[in-house]
Amino acid sequence: MAHIELDGVEVTATTTGADVSILRDITASLTERRIALIGANGSGKSTFARLLNGLVTASSGHVRIDGVDVAEHGSAVRRRVGFVFTNPASQLVMPTAVEDVALSLRRDVKDARQRDVRARAVLERFGLGHRADTSVHALSGGQQQLLAVAGVLATHPDVVVADEPTTLLDLANTRLIGDLLLGLDQQVVLATHDLDLAARCDRALVIADGRIDFDGPAGDAVAHYREQSRR
Amino acid sequence: MRAVSLGVHHPGSSPLHRIPAGPKLALLIGYGIVVVALRGPWPATTAAGVSLLLAVSAGVPLRELWRGLRPMLLIVAVLAGFQVWQRGWPAAVEVAATVLALVVAATTFTATTPTDRLLDAITRGLGPFRRFGVRPEKVALSFSLMIAAIPRIAAIAAETRDAARARGLERSPRAYLTPLAIRTVAQAHATGEALHARGLGDDEGPRDLAPGAPQA
Repeated sequence: MAHIELDGVEVTATTTGADVSILRDITASLTERRIALIGANGSGKSTFARLLNGLVTASSGHVRIDGVDVAEHGSAVRRRVGFVFTNPASQLVMPTAVEDVALSLRRDVKDARQRDVRARAVLERFGLGHRADTSVHALSGGQQQLLAVAGVLATHPDVVVADEPTTLLDLANTRLIGDLLLGLDQQVVLATHDLDLAARCDRALVIADGRIDFDGPAGDAVAHYREQSRR
Repeated sequence: MRAVSLGVHHPGSSPLHRIPAGPKLALLIGYGIVVVALRGPWPATTAAGVSLLLAVSAGVPLRELWRGLRPMLLIVAVLAGFQVWQRGWPAAVEVAATVLALVVAATTFTATTPTDRLLDAITRGLGPFRRFGVRPEKVALSFSLMIAAIPRIAAIAAETRDAARARGLERSPRAYLTPLAIRTVAQAHATGEALHARGLGDDEGPRDLAPGAPQA
């Protein structure tokens, strides 16, 4: 598994002229295979997830993946860290399913025919082979999220970071995507409101008001979060 | 049944499908120049007919093409109405037929050309301009994104119109256009973020950094 390090990370944003702290005093060393980030809306867990892929850069402190600084080597890190968004419609940028996966493969597979074959093979693997030439807008929400995950996994990243990947899905698709992510060979970091999914991870961090409020075994973290939420 | 609109690939094996993307793009550009240069309602109407024949020859069902074109007919109607007012009926027919000929030809082009191949063709075509600082990969990606954005923006427009209707504001241009503009910009931002997350458009650096590699 990759070694994800966050060392004294702070993230601030400027809103209407004032600096707003989003994350502060974040120090953690993540080596487990399944890691959950849980917390209330606006707690900072999505920002935490985005730090790992370089979508957000730390205002101070360092984020490193196996010693490689995300801020300094963003391009190299993004080759190793895939990112799944909450809303797959944001992630799918090509007109059809097969073209979207092929777009992910462009960097590594130069031959167009080979790219097409590889993209179709990826879609078959995820049960979307019959929808390869379908417009991404014509896919169901579950199929869109499945396609988004397929597009990320097509490039074989070492780490998959997912930001509330099941929030917009129905029960059956929540289970499908959850099982898929937790069953991957890759290291998975999952920001989620789904406490059942979080409890199945090896470790969970509870984020509250931009800080790590609890860090430990997933079951204990979920229990802590439930307790905090009742207050 | 799905609509065939600009930007959506419609797989097939027609002669148009078999023409490589680069020469086909050059043909489209040439055809577009000829259509725009034509004067008078009859030549323009003939061009619209030729475009329709090309679409049919590519196996694009007319009913699906009609469904895809319907949203833009409003714009054509407004344009034609303005021309009737300013220059009379012949000019209105010429403008409307020219626009339709171009849009149907472009739709047929995207229906018969995978976006991936188009990206390759543009990248190859712009290769010689690399020495002048042009980044062919980024230009090609921008071009493809522009085409892919058309059905997406059409979907946003339909959702926004429904939202305005649901609030009884279907007659208010402000209730339609303001959220449409904001949502379109938000979508562009989300697309940029998605490309960034997928490492597309990143400068080509070393293939990989070994774990623990010394930091710069």
